[in-house]
Amino acid sequence: MDWDVIVSYLPLYKDGMLITLYTGWMGILISIVLGFLAALVLYYKIPVLKSFVRAYIEIFRNTPLLIQLFFIYYGIPKLFGIVTNEMTCGIIGLGLLGGAYMAETFRSGIEAVDKIQMESAVSLGMTRRQAMRYIVLPQAITYSVPAFVANLIFLLKETSVFSCISIMELMFTAKDRIAVSSTTVESLFLVVVFYLIVLLPVSIIGSIVERRLRYASFGD
Amino acid sequence: MAETLLTIDNIRKTYGDNLILDGLSFDVHKGEVIVIIGPSGCGKSTLLRCINALEPIQGGEIRIDGELIDGNSRNIAQIRQKIGMVFQNYELFPHKTVLQNIILAPVKVQKRNKEDAVKEAEQLLDRVGLLDKKDSYPRQLSGGQKQRVAIVRALCMHPEIMLFDEVTAALDPEMVREVLDTMLELAKNGSTMLIVTHEMNFARAIADRVIFLDGGEIVEEGDPEEFFSQPKTERAQKFLHTFEYESVKHHEHKED
Repeated sequence: MDWDVIVSYLPLYKDGMLITLYTGWMGILISIVLGFLAALVLYYKIPVLKSFVRAYIEIFRNTPLLIQLFFIYYGIPKLFGIVTNEMTCGIIGLGLLGGAYMAETFRSGIEAVDKIQMESAVSLGMTRRQAMRYIVLPQAITYSVPAFVANLIFLLKETSVFSCISIMELMFTAKDRIAVSSTTVESLFLVVVFYLIVLLPVSIIGSIVERRLRYASFGD
Repeated sequence: MAETLLTIDNIRKTYGDNLILDGLSFDVHKGEVIVIIGPSGCGKSTLLRCINALEPIQGGEIRIDGELIDGNSRNIAQIRQKIGMVFQNYELFPHKTVLQNIILAPVKVQKRNKEDAVKEAEQLLDRVGLLDKKDSYPRQLSGGQKQRVAIVRALCMHPEIMLFDEVTAALDPEMVREVLDTMLELAKNGSTMLIVTHEMNFARAIADRVIFLDGGEIVEEGDPEEFFSQPKTERAQKFLHTFEYESVKHHEHKED
């Protein structure tokens, strides 16, 4: 392994990492909003909408992100004549995929809160909405944290697929380096290191938050 | 007799084909303490849940202060404020401290001033001997302490009637007493109470009236002294008999 090569590649990988972080977290942001709304639709069993949400979740959870991205990247301009850049496509694709996973995470979090907590709250004269806001959701969030953190890590890793629609993130950078300079070992070593830089903090902070919140809410 | 607070008029409750409550009627007067007893599955708990509309009823009506209690009505949250409920398993909010548990509804629902709510909560906690636990979380309390907090939480809303659903059934025997004492104290102070319990001695001590429920209907109703010493119906006699034990030691001696 040539350390001079590695040092000279660092700026390139740093740029790649910034794009990975940007597209990844933007997609995650969308997925949280989408997932939360979808979870509420499922929890309240809103007619018609519920079926759409179910279909959405099943479609996006059971097809590869790569195929979803191809549909968004190549399909949408053909179908609707809207031209977007690859970065936007990547973010939207990741957001949609993540939304499906987040929806299930939030829904199971809400359902993990015993039904009688809601009854206990409404018996005190709270409206269902107040009970949801003050009693059920805070507990549901605590229950959701482990699966939520797993989703974050999963979605950040999925950004590697973005290389296939020419977003110059980490994986793209590595593939590019290998192709143009045949420094395979150095390029792959760097891509591993940089993914760890992106993901380890999420994993570590995640498990700390998980423990703290669990303790604050339930004391175990 | 004091004025009528709660009217239960010919209510019917079914789960699918199962008839749980079959044409039940009775009135609760202001300041009255009614104990409902009966074998498990007789519909006692369901009756309490129907009264604050946690369960819909399929026939008849329930009124408090003349107002219809209906889970689908717009003002149900307002009506429920008049009805305090204490559950078998406490159902405190685990993510909130004792004090937060108590003042949440007074502040958010009744829009009362926070300092006033805290002051009242502290007074009530002091009365049940738990003022030093106000900043604890429910998980740090014993079962009996949790149940007393749950009672205080309901009281702090100034309900017109309190419903107690087997509130000592989940407690260790040595903690039953502290909860029952709290309830006796309430009864002494003139609270209107509807109590479902299996503590027969307690029922006898606290009740102004006993209602014996079996098979979803009122089988016997009346003065506690009379009911416990000379139950009129055979079903009540049989039920009360299950709480008595015959000595077996005597038996063993004979066989020696």
